[in-house]
Amino acid sequence: MEHRIPTSPKPWAETQTFWQAANEDRLMIQRCLDTGKAFFYPREHSPFSGRSHCEWFEASGKGVIYSYSVMTRATPAYCIAYVELEEGPIILTNIITDDFNQIKIGQSVKVVFVASDNGQKVPVFTPEFH
Amino acid sequence: MGLKGQVYVVGAYEHPTRHAVDRSLGQLHADVALGALQDAGLTVDDVDGYFCAGDVPGWESLGVGPLSVVEYLGLKLRHFDTSETWGSSYINHVEHAVQAIQAGKCRVALITQAGRPRAEKFSPAEGHLKQAQSTAESPFELPYGPVVTNMYGMCAARHMYEYGTTAEQLAWIKVAASHHAQHNPNAMLPKVVTVEEVIASPIVSTPLHRLDCCVISDGGGALVIAHPDVALQLKRPLIRPIGSGFTVKHLNGGYFNILESGAVQTGKEAFAEAAVTPQDIQYASLYDSFTITVLIQLENLGFCEPGQGGRFVADGGLISGVGRLPFNTDGGGLCNNHPGNRGGMTKLIEAMRQLRGEAHPAVQVDNCTLALVHGTGGQLGARHGSATLILEREG
Repeated sequence: MEHRIPTSPKPWAETQTFWQAANEDRLMIQRCLDTGKAFFYPREHSPFSGRSHCEWFEASGKGVIYSYSVMTRATPAYCIAYVELEEGPIILTNIITDDFNQIKIGQSVKVVFVASDNGQKVPVFTPEFH
Repeated sequence: MGLKGQVYVVGAYEHPTRHAVDRSLGQLHADVALGALQDAGLTVDDVDGYFCAGDVPGWESLGVGPLSVVEYLGLKLRHFDTSETWGSSYINHVEHAVQAIQAGKCRVALITQAGRPRAEKFSPAEGHLKQAQSTAESPFELPYGPVVTNMYGMCAARHMYEYGTTAEQLAWIKVAASHHAQHNPNAMLPKVVTVEEVIASPIVSTPLHRLDCCVISDGGGALVIAHPDVALQLKRPLIRPIGSGFTVKHLNGGYFNILESGAVQTGKEAFAEAAVTPQDIQYASLYDSFTITVLIQLENLGFCEPGQGGRFVADGGLISGVGRLPFNTDGGGLCNNHPGNRGGMTKLIEAMRQLRGEAHPAVQVDNCTLALVHGTGGQLGARHGSATLILEREG
Protein backbone atom coordinates (compact mmCIF):
# COMPACT_ATOMS: atom_id res chain seq x y z
CA MET A 1 0.00 0.00 0.00
CA GLU A 2 1.25 3.44 -0.92
CA HIS A 3 1.79 5.78 2.01
CA ARG A 4 1.72 9.55 2.01
CA ILE A 5 5.23 11.02 2.19
CA PRO A 6 5.32 13.64 4.95
CA THR A 7 5.91 17.23 3.95
CA SER A 8 9.42 18.24 4.93
CA PRO A 9 9.65 20.26 8.14
CA LYS A 10 11.52 23.54 8.20
CA PRO A 11 13.16 23.16 11.58
CA TRP A 12 14.65 25.95 13.66
CA ALA A 13 18.06 25.60 15.28
CA GLU A 14 16.20 25.71 18.61
CA THR A 15 15.13 22.08 18.10
CA GLN A 16 17.99 20.56 16.12
CA THR A 17 18.47 17.92 18.84
CA PHE A 18 15.07 16.53 17.90
CA TRP A 19 15.73 16.45 14.16
CA GLN A 20 19.22 14.95 14.39
CA ALA A 21 17.87 12.20 16.67
CA ALA A 22 14.95 11.56 14.30
CA ASN A 23 17.45 10.87 11.52
CA GLU A 24 18.95 8.24 13.87
CA ASP A 25 15.49 6.75 14.59
CA ARG A 26 15.35 8.12 18.12
CA LEU A 27 12.48 10.18 19.57
CA MET A 28 14.01 12.91 21.72
CA ILE A 29 11.66 15.08 23.75
CA GLN A 30 12.09 17.53 26.60
CA ARG A 31 11.32 17.65 30.26
CA CYS A 32 10.77 20.80 32.32
CA LEU A 33 13.17 20.52 35.24
CA ASP A 34 11.09 22.91 37.37
CA THR A 35 7.96 20.77 37.21
CA GLY A 36 9.37 17.38 36.17
CA LYS A 37 6.83 17.21 33.35
CA ALA A 38 7.70 16.08 29.84
CA PHE A 39 6.35 18.41 27.14
CA PHE A 40 5.87 18.69 23.40
CA TYR A 41 6.51 20.36 20.93
CA PRO A 42 10.16 21.02 21.83
CA ARG A 43 11.16 24.62 22.61
CA GLU A 44 13.78 26.48 24.58
CA HIS A 45 11.42 27.73 27.27
CA SER A 46 9.24 25.42 29.33
CA PRO A 47 5.52 26.03 28.75
CA PHE A 48 4.98 25.24 32.44
CA SER A 49 7.58 27.45 34.15
CA GLY A 50 8.61 29.88 31.42
CA ARG A 51 12.27 29.10 32.14
CA SER A 52 14.85 27.55 29.85
CA HIS A 53 15.53 24.98 32.56
CA CYS A 54 14.77 21.88 30.47
CA GLU A 55 16.52 18.66 29.53
CA TRP A 56 16.33 16.43 26.47
CA PHE A 57 15.72 12.73 26.93
CA GLU A 58 14.87 9.79 24.72
CA ALA A 59 11.20 8.82 24.83
CA SER A 60 10.21 5.16 24.78
CA GLY A 61 8.41 5.67 21.48
CA LYS A 62 5.33 3.99 22.88
CA GLY A 63 1.92 5.55 23.18
CA VAL A 64 -1.80 5.18 22.60
CA ILE A 65 -4.03 6.79 19.98
CA TYR A 66 -5.90 9.73 21.57
CA SER A 67 -7.86 10.50 18.39
CA TYR A 68 -7.49 10.13 14.65
CA SER A 69 -9.10 11.00 11.33
CA VAL A 70 -8.59 9.34 7.98
CA MET A 71 -8.51 11.60 4.92
CA THR A 72 -10.11 9.03 2.70
CA ARG A 73 -10.42 11.41 -0.24
CA ALA A 74 -6.72 12.30 -0.35
CA THR A 75 -4.39 10.45 -2.75
CA PRO A 76 -2.97 8.48 -1.15
CA ALA A 77 -5.35 8.41 1.81
CA TYR A 78 -3.67 9.13 5.14
CA CYS A 79 -4.44 9.08 8.83
CA ILE A 80 -3.69 12.04 11.05
CA ALA A 81 -3.67 11.35 14.77
CA TYR A 82 -2.97 12.61 18.22
CA VAL A 83 -0.87 10.03 20.07
CA GLU A 84 -0.50 10.21 23.84
CA LEU A 85 3.08 9.29 24.62
CA GLU A 86 3.90 7.02 27.54
CA GLU A 87 5.75 10.01 29.02
CA GLY A 88 2.58 12.16 29.05
CA PRO A 89 2.34 14.66 26.20
CA ILE A 90 -0.01 14.22 23.25
CA ILE A 91 1.64 14.78 19.87
CA LEU A 92 0.33 15.25 16.33
CA THR A 93 1.46 12.54 13.92
CA ASN A 94 0.40 10.04 11.25
CA ILE A 95 -0.60 6.44 11.79
CA ILE A 96 1.01 4.18 9.20
CA THR A 97 -0.93 1.00 8.53
CA ASP A 98 -2.13 -1.04 5.59
CA ASP A 99 -5.67 -1.11 6.98
CA PHE A 100 -7.18 2.15 8.19
CA ASN A 101 -10.30 0.28 9.29
CA GLN A 102 -8.31 -1.37 12.09
CA ILE A 103 -7.32 1.92 13.72
CA LYS A 104 -8.95 2.55 17.09
CA ILE A 105 -8.75 5.19 19.78
CA GLY A 106 -6.96 3.73 22.81
CA GLN A 107 -4.90 1.40 20.63
CA SER A 108 -1.21 0.97 21.49
CA VAL A 109 1.20 2.32 18.91
CA LYS A 110 4.97 2.61 18.58
CA VAL A 111 7.12 5.13 16.82
CA VAL A 112 8.80 4.52 13.48
CA PHE A 113 10.73 7.06 11.45
CA VAL A 114 10.00 7.79 7.82
CA ALA A 115 11.71 10.11 5.37
CA SER A 116 9.89 13.29 4.42
CA ASP A 117 10.13 14.92 0.99
CA ASN A 118 13.72 16.07 1.40
CA GLY A 119 14.96 13.05 3.35
CA GLN A 120 14.68 14.50 6.86
CA LYS A 121 13.08 11.74 8.93
CA VAL A 122 9.98 12.45 11.00
CA PRO A 123 8.35 10.29 13.70
CA VAL A 124 5.12 8.52 12.77
CA PHE A 125 3.38 5.69 14.59
CA THR A 126 2.27 2.20 13.74
CA PRO A 127 -0.09 -0.12 15.61
CA GLU A 128 1.58 -2.52 18.04
CA PHE A 129 0.34 -6.06 17.73
CA HIS A 130 0.84 -8.50 20.56
CA MET B 1 -16.14 49.57 33.75
CA GLY B 2 -17.88 46.41 32.54
CA LEU B 3 -19.95 45.87 29.45
CA LYS B 4 -23.14 46.84 31.24
CA GLY B 5 -22.77 50.48 30.38
CA GLN B 6 -25.19 52.00 27.89
CA VAL B 7 -23.39 51.27 24.65
CA TYR B 8 -25.51 49.86 21.85
CA VAL B 9 -25.22 47.87 18.66
CA VAL B 10 -27.20 50.12 16.35
CA GLY B 11 -26.53 48.79 12.85
CA ALA B 12 -26.15 45.38 11.22
CA TYR B 13 -25.95 44.29 7.61
CA GLU B 14 -25.20 41.04 5.82
CA HIS B 15 -24.07 41.09 2.20
CA PRO B 16 -26.54 39.22 -0.02
CA THR B 17 -23.86 37.86 -2.35
CA ARG B 18 -22.62 34.30 -2.01
CA HIS B 19 -20.38 34.40 -5.11
CA ALA B 20 -18.65 37.74 -5.60
CA VAL B 21 -16.87 37.12 -8.91
CA ASP B 22 -17.28 40.72 -10.05
CA ARG B 23 -16.74 42.51 -6.75
CA SER B 24 -13.35 43.22 -5.19
CA LEU B 25 -12.60 42.59 -1.53
CA GLY B 26 -12.45 46.35 -0.98
CA GLN B 27 -15.91 46.75 -2.53
CA LEU B 28 -17.34 44.03 -0.32
CA HIS B 29 -16.03 45.77 2.82
CA ALA B 30 -17.47 49.06 1.57
CA ASP B 31 -20.80 47.43 0.70
CA VAL B 32 -21.26 46.00 4.19
CA ALA B 33 -20.00 49.16 5.91
CA LEU B 34 -22.49 51.34 4.05
CA GLY B 35 -25.24 48.78 4.53
CA ALA B 36 -24.78 48.68 8.31
CA LEU B 37 -24.56 52.48 8.55
CA GLN B 38 -27.76 52.84 6.53
CA ASP B 39 -29.43 50.26 8.76
CA ALA B 40 -28.45 52.35 11.78
CA GLY B 41 -29.50 55.64 10.19
CA LEU B 42 -25.92 56.94 10.19
CA THR B 43 -23.38 57.89 7.53
CA VAL B 44 -19.65 57.44 6.95
CA ASP B 45 -19.13 60.91 8.40
CA ASP B 46 -20.42 59.72 11.77
CA VAL B 47 -17.79 56.96 12.06
CA ASP B 48 -14.75 57.73 14.22
CA GLY B 49 -13.74 54.18 15.20
CA TYR B 50 -12.96 51.27 12.87
CA PHE B 51 -12.43 47.61 13.73
CA CYS B 52 -11.32 44.87 11.37
CA ALA B 53 -9.48 41.55 11.29
CA GLY B 54 -7.19 39.75 8.85
CA ASP B 55 -9.77 39.50 6.08
CA VAL B 56 -9.29 43.11 4.93
CA PRO B 57 -7.65 43.77 1.54
CA GLY B 58 -3.90 44.21 1.86
CA TRP B 59 -3.50 42.20 5.07
CA GLU B 60 -1.01 39.96 3.25
CA SER B 61 1.27 42.97 2.72
CA LEU B 62 3.40 44.20 5.58
CA GLY B 63 1.89 47.03 7.54
CA VAL B 64 -1.27 47.58 5.49
CA GLY B 65 -3.63 46.34 8.21
CA PRO B 66 -6.76 48.54 8.21
CA LEU B 67 -5.31 51.27 5.97
CA SER B 68 -6.80 50.25 2.64
CA VAL B 69 -10.40 49.96 3.84
CA VAL B 70 -10.15 53.16 5.89
CA GLU B 71 -8.95 55.07 2.84
CA TYR B 72 -11.46 53.44 0.46
CA LEU B 73 -14.33 54.53 2.71
CA GLY B 74 -12.80 57.93 3.44
CA LEU B 75 -13.10 57.40 7.19
CA LYS B 76 -11.78 60.04 9.57
CA LEU B 77 -10.80 58.11 12.65
CA ARG B 78 -9.89 58.72 16.24
CA HIS B 79 -9.58 55.03 17.07
CA PHE B 80 -8.97 51.67 15.35
CA ASP B 81 -8.25 48.06 16.29
CA THR B 82 -7.20 45.01 14.26
CA SER B 83 -7.48 42.15 16.73
CA GLU B 84 -7.19 38.95 14.74
CA THR B 85 -8.29 35.47 15.81
CA TRP B 86 -9.77 34.36 12.49
CA GLY B 87 -13.53 33.78 12.52
CA SER B 88 -14.14 34.79 16.12
CA SER B 89 -12.40 38.19 15.76
CA TYR B 90 -15.56 40.25 15.24
CA ILE B 91 -17.04 39.10 18.52
CA ASN B 92 -13.95 40.48 20.26
CA HIS B 93 -14.32 43.66 18.22
CA VAL B 94 -17.78 44.32 19.67
CA GLU B 95 -16.37 44.25 23.18
CA HIS B 96 -13.35 46.31 22.15
CA ALA B 97 -15.66 48.89 20.55
CA VAL B 98 -17.78 49.10 23.69
CA GLN B 99 -14.67 49.63 25.81
CA ALA B 100 -13.35 52.28 23.42
CA ILE B 101 -16.66 54.16 23.45
CA GLN B 102 -16.85 53.95 27.25
CA ALA B 103 -13.31 55.28 27.45
CA GLY B 104 -14.19 58.22 25.21
CA LYS B 105 -11.91 57.08 22.37
CA CYS B 106 -14.71 57.10 19.80
CA ARG B 107 -18.49 57.48 19.55
CA VAL B 108 -19.49 55.48 16.46
CA ALA B 109 -17.55 52.29 15.80
CA LEU B 110 -17.73 50.35 12.54
CA ILE B 111 -16.76 46.66 12.29
CA THR B 112 -16.47 45.07 8.84
CA GLN B 113 -15.83 41.56 7.58
CA ALA B 114 -15.77 40.19 4.03
CA GLY B 115 -14.22 37.51 1.88
CA ARG B 116 -14.39 35.91 -1.54
CA PRO B 117 -12.82 32.42 -1.26
CA ARG B 118 -15.38 31.01 -3.68
CA ALA B 119 -14.54 33.54 -6.38
CA GLU B 120 -10.86 32.86 -5.73
CA LYS B 121 -11.43 29.09 -5.98
CA PHE B 122 -10.05 28.45 -2.50
CA SER B 123 -9.27 24.78 -1.85
CA PRO B 124 -9.38 23.53 1.74
CA ALA B 125 -7.14 20.61 0.77
CA GLU B 126 -4.41 23.00 -0.30
CA GLY B 127 -4.97 25.13 2.77
CA HIS B 128 -2.31 23.42 4.84
CA LEU B 129 0.42 24.38 2.41
CA LYS B 130 -0.36 28.00 3.19
CA GLN B 131 -0.24 27.54 6.95
CA ALA B 132 2.20 29.54 8.99
CA GLN B 133 5.77 28.41 8.44
CA SER B 134 7.21 30.80 10.98
CA THR B 135 5.57 29.30 14.07
CA ALA B 136 7.57 27.17 16.47
CA GLU B 137 5.05 24.32 16.20
CA SER B 138 4.89 24.12 12.39
CA PRO B 139 7.86 21.72 11.90
CA PHE B 140 6.17 19.31 14.30
CA GLU B 141 2.75 19.48 12.64
CA LEU B 142 2.84 20.39 8.95
CA PRO B 143 4.66 17.18 7.89
CA TYR B 144 1.55 15.21 8.83
CA GLY B 145 -0.97 16.99 6.61
CA PRO B 146 -3.22 18.72 9.15
CA VAL B 147 -6.15 20.43 7.40
CA VAL B 148 -9.31 21.83 8.85
CA THR B 149 -11.39 18.75 8.04
CA ASN B 150 -9.14 16.16 9.66
CA MET B 151 -8.48 18.34 12.72
CA TYR B 152 -12.24 18.64 13.31
CA GLY B 153 -12.61 14.98 12.37
CA MET B 154 -10.42 14.13 15.36
CA CYS B 155 -12.73 16.13 17.64
CA ALA B 156 -15.74 14.19 16.38
CA ALA B 157 -13.96 10.85 16.66
CA ARG B 158 -12.95 11.55 20.25
CA HIS B 159 -16.48 12.68 21.18
CA MET B 160 -17.89 9.48 19.73
CA TYR B 161 -15.29 7.44 21.61
CA GLU B 162 -15.83 9.10 25.00
CA TYR B 163 -19.59 9.55 24.93
CA GLY B 164 -21.03 7.26 22.29
CA THR B 165 -22.17 10.21 20.21
CA THR B 166 -23.43 9.05 16.83
CA ALA B 167 -23.14 10.31 13.28
CA GLU B 168 -26.95 10.59 13.29
CA GLN B 169 -26.87 12.94 16.29
CA LEU B 170 -24.30 15.16 14.57
CA ALA B 171 -26.43 15.09 11.42
CA TRP B 172 -29.36 16.59 13.38
CA ILE B 173 -27.35 19.82 13.65
CA LYS B 174 -27.21 20.11 9.84
CA VAL B 175 -30.87 19.14 9.61
CA ALA B 176 -31.82 21.95 12.02
CA ALA B 177 -29.72 24.47 10.08
CA SER B 178 -31.40 23.40 6.85
CA HIS B 179 -34.86 23.82 8.37
CA HIS B 180 -33.91 27.44 9.06
CA ALA B 181 -32.16 28.01 5.72
CA GLN B 182 -35.28 27.11 3.73
CA HIS B 183 -36.70 30.51 4.77
CA ASN B 184 -33.59 32.46 3.76
CA PRO B 185 -33.68 33.49 0.09
CA ASN B 186 -29.92 34.16 0.15
CA ALA B 187 -28.92 30.80 1.65
CA MET B 188 -26.49 28.73 -0.39
CA LEU B 189 -28.15 25.47 0.67
CA PRO B 190 -31.86 26.28 1.13
CA LYS B 191 -33.09 22.70 0.74
CA VAL B 192 -34.23 20.86 3.86
CA VAL B 193 -32.09 17.76 4.36
CA THR B 194 -32.73 14.64 6.43
CA VAL B 195 -30.46 12.76 8.81
CA GLU B 196 -30.27 10.00 6.21
CA GLU B 197 -29.10 12.45 3.54
CA VAL B 198 -26.33 13.76 5.79
CA ILE B 199 -25.13 10.23 6.56
CA ALA B 200 -25.31 9.29 2.88
CA SER B 201 -23.11 12.21 1.81
CA PRO B 202 -19.46 11.26 1.14
CA ILE B 203 -16.96 11.08 4.00
CA VAL B 204 -14.61 14.06 3.85
CA SER B 205 -12.37 12.97 6.72
CA THR B 206 -13.57 10.33 9.14
CA PRO B 207 -16.05 10.49 10.75
CA LEU B 208 -17.26 13.73 9.12
CA HIS B 209 -19.44 13.72 6.02
CA ARG B 210 -19.60 16.44 3.41
CA LEU B 211 -22.87 17.66 4.92
CA ASP B 212 -21.23 17.93 8.37
CA CYS B 213 -19.15 20.78 6.90
CA CYS B 214 -20.04 24.43 6.43
CA VAL B 215 -20.27 25.98 3.00
CA ILE B 216 -17.49 27.94 1.32
CA SER B 217 -18.96 31.27 0.30
CA ASP B 218 -18.26 34.87 -0.50
CA GLY B 219 -19.89 37.84 1.18
CA GLY B 220 -19.51 39.51 4.53
CA GLY B 221 -21.19 41.72 7.05
CA ALA B 222 -20.79 44.72 9.29
CA LEU B 223 -21.95 46.12 12.62
CA VAL B 224 -22.16 49.64 14.00
CA ILE B 225 -21.72 50.25 17.74
CA ALA B 226 -22.61 53.64 19.20
CA HIS B 227 -22.43 55.84 22.26
CA PRO B 228 -25.81 56.23 24.00
CA ASP B 229 -26.04 59.90 22.99
CA VAL B 230 -26.02 58.69 19.38
CA ALA B 231 -27.98 55.46 19.86
CA LEU B 232 -30.91 57.07 21.69
CA GLN B 233 -31.46 59.45 18.73
CA LEU B 234 -31.83 56.55 16.28
CA LYS B 235 -35.13 54.87 15.53
CA ARG B 236 -33.84 51.35 16.11
CA PRO B 237 -34.38 48.80 18.89
CA LEU B 238 -31.80 49.21 21.66
CA ILE B 239 -29.53 46.17 21.71
CA ARG B 240 -26.62 46.16 24.11
CA PRO B 241 -23.81 43.79 25.00
CA ILE B 242 -24.08 42.74 28.66
CA GLY B 243 -21.45 40.03 29.01
CA SER B 244 -18.40 38.70 27.23
CA GLY B 245 -15.48 36.36 27.56
CA PHE B 246 -12.39 35.84 25.45
CA THR B 247 -9.43 33.52 25.58
CA VAL B 248 -6.90 31.59 23.56
CA LYS B 249 -6.99 27.83 24.03
CA HIS B 250 -3.84 25.96 23.04
CA LEU B 251 -2.19 22.60 23.37
CA ASN B 252 -0.48 23.35 26.69
CA GLY B 253 2.76 21.48 26.13
CA GLY B 254 0.86 18.37 25.04
CA TYR B 255 -1.64 18.12 27.91
CA PHE B 256 -5.12 18.90 26.63
CA ASN B 257 -8.64 17.64 26.12
CA ILE B 258 -9.81 18.35 22.57
CA LEU B 259 -13.41 18.25 23.76
CA GLU B 260 -12.85 21.28 26.01
CA SER B 261 -12.54 24.42 23.92
CA GLY B 262 -11.93 27.93 25.19
CA ALA B 263 -15.73 28.18 25.51
CA VAL B 264 -15.53 26.47 28.91
CA GLN B 265 -13.86 29.63 30.22
CA THR B 266 -15.42 32.30 28.02
CA GLY B 267 -18.95 31.03 28.59
CA LYS B 268 -18.54 31.13 32.36
CA GLU B 269 -17.13 34.65 32.23
CA ALA B 270 -19.80 35.97 29.89
CA PHE B 271 -22.67 34.47 31.90
CA ALA B 272 -21.20 35.80 35.16
CA GLU B 273 -20.78 39.31 33.75
CA ALA B 274 -24.29 39.32 32.29
CA ALA B 275 -25.70 37.73 35.47
CA VAL B 276 -27.75 35.24 33.46
CA THR B 277 -27.56 31.47 32.95
CA PRO B 278 -27.63 29.28 29.84
CA GLN B 279 -31.29 28.49 30.64
CA ASP B 280 -32.14 32.18 30.23
CA ILE B 281 -30.81 32.35 26.65
CA GLN B 282 -33.64 32.44 24.09
CA TYR B 283 -31.53 32.27 20.96
CA ALA B 284 -27.92 31.20 20.30
CA SER B 285 -25.67 31.94 17.34
CA LEU B 286 -23.05 29.20 17.54
CA TYR B 287 -19.99 28.86 15.35
CA ASP B 288 -20.73 26.06 12.92
CA SER B 289 -17.68 25.37 10.80
CA PHE B 290 -18.71 21.74 11.29
CA THR B 291 -21.57 20.01 13.09
CA ILE B 292 -19.13 18.87 15.79
CA THR B 293 -18.17 22.51 16.44
CA VAL B 294 -21.76 23.23 17.51
CA LEU B 295 -21.99 20.12 19.68
CA ILE B 296 -18.79 20.82 21.62
CA GLN B 297 -19.66 24.50 22.11
CA LEU B 298 -23.13 23.62 23.45
CA GLU B 299 -21.52 21.44 26.11
CA ASN B 300 -18.66 23.83 26.84
CA LEU B 301 -20.99 26.82 27.24
CA GLY B 302 -23.14 24.90 29.72
CA PHE B 303 -26.30 24.41 27.63
CA CYS B 304 -25.97 20.73 28.53
CA GLU B 305 -23.61 18.47 30.47
CA PRO B 306 -20.41 17.19 28.83
CA GLY B 307 -21.34 14.18 26.73
CA GLN B 308 -25.02 15.11 26.51
CA GLY B 309 -24.67 17.21 23.35
CA GLY B 310 -25.80 14.38 21.09
CA ARG B 311 -29.07 13.98 22.95
CA PHE B 312 -29.50 17.76 23.19
CA VAL B 313 -29.40 18.27 19.41
CA ALA B 314 -31.24 15.10 18.33
CA ASP B 315 -34.85 15.11 17.15
CA GLY B 316 -34.87 18.79 16.22
CA GLY B 317 -33.40 20.08 19.48
CA LEU B 318 -31.99 23.16 17.73
CA ILE B 319 -34.93 23.92 15.39
CA SER B 320 -36.68 27.21 16.12
CA GLY B 321 -40.20 26.70 17.39
CA VAL B 322 -39.60 22.98 17.86
CA GLY B 323 -36.48 22.41 19.93
CA ARG B 324 -35.11 23.54 23.26
CA LEU B 325 -32.59 26.05 21.87
CA PRO B 326 -33.14 27.82 18.52
CA PHE B 327 -29.74 28.25 16.87
CA ASN B 328 -28.43 29.90 13.68
CA THR B 329 -31.88 30.74 12.35
CA ASP B 330 -30.44 32.15 9.11
CA GLY B 331 -29.14 28.68 8.25
CA GLY B 332 -25.71 29.47 9.70
CA GLY B 333 -22.42 28.51 8.14
CA LEU B 334 -23.74 25.01 7.55
CA CYS B 335 -26.37 26.18 5.04
CA ASN B 336 -26.47 29.94 4.59
CA ASN B 337 -23.10 31.63 4.39
CA HIS B 338 -19.55 31.39 5.75
CA PRO B 339 -18.00 34.45 4.11
CA GLY B 340 -14.25 34.32 3.80
CA ASN B 341 -14.21 31.12 5.88
CA ARG B 342 -14.97 33.31 8.89
CA GLY B 343 -18.31 32.84 10.60
CA GLY B 344 -18.28 35.27 13.53
CA MET B 345 -19.81 38.31 11.84
CA THR B 346 -22.81 36.50 10.37
CA LYS B 347 -23.43 34.98 13.84
CA LEU B 348 -23.60 38.48 15.33
CA ILE B 349 -25.93 39.68 12.58
CA GLU B 350 -28.48 36.89 13.00
CA ALA B 351 -28.51 37.49 16.77
CA MET B 352 -29.27 41.15 16.02
CA ARG B 353 -32.16 40.13 13.75
CA GLN B 354 -33.60 37.92 16.48
CA LEU B 355 -33.32 40.60 19.17
CA ARG B 356 -34.90 43.20 16.88
CA GLY B 357 -37.68 40.83 15.90
CA GLU B 358 -36.49 41.03 12.29
CA ALA B 359 -35.68 37.37 11.66
CA HIS B 360 -37.84 35.50 9.17
CA PRO B 361 -41.28 35.00 10.80
CA ALA B 362 -40.96 31.23 10.42
CA VAL B 363 -37.86 31.17 12.63
CA GLN B 364 -38.34 34.31 14.78
CA VAL B 365 -38.18 33.53 18.52
CA ASP B 366 -41.16 35.10 20.32
CA ASN B 367 -40.20 38.26 22.17
CA CYS B 368 -36.50 37.49 21.97
CA THR B 369 -34.70 39.69 24.50
CA LEU B 370 -31.59 37.64 25.36
CA ALA B 371 -29.22 36.07 22.85
CA LEU B 372 -25.77 34.50 22.95
CA VAL B 373 -23.13 34.59 20.23
CA HIS B 374 -20.10 32.31 20.38
CA GLY B 375 -17.19 31.98 17.99
CA THR B 376 -14.24 29.62 17.63
CA GLY B 377 -11.49 31.10 15.47
CA GLY B 378 -8.64 28.82 14.44
CA GLN B 379 -9.07 25.12 15.04
CA LEU B 380 -11.10 23.42 17.74
CA GLY B 381 -8.79 20.41 17.78
CA ALA B 382 -5.70 22.59 18.19
CA ARG B 383 -5.20 26.24 19.10
CA HIS B 384 -8.04 28.71 18.75
CA GLY B 385 -9.48 32.00 19.92
CA SER B 386 -12.80 31.65 21.74
CA ALA B 387 -15.23 34.53 22.04
CA THR B 388 -18.58 34.66 23.82
CA LEU B 389 -20.93 37.65 23.79
CA ILE B 390 -24.34 38.01 25.41
CA LEU B 391 -26.68 40.62 23.95
CA GLU B 392 -29.86 42.02 25.48
CA ARG B 393 -32.71 44.05 24.03
CA GLU B 394 -33.82 46.90 26.25
CA GLY B 395 -37.47 47.68 26.84
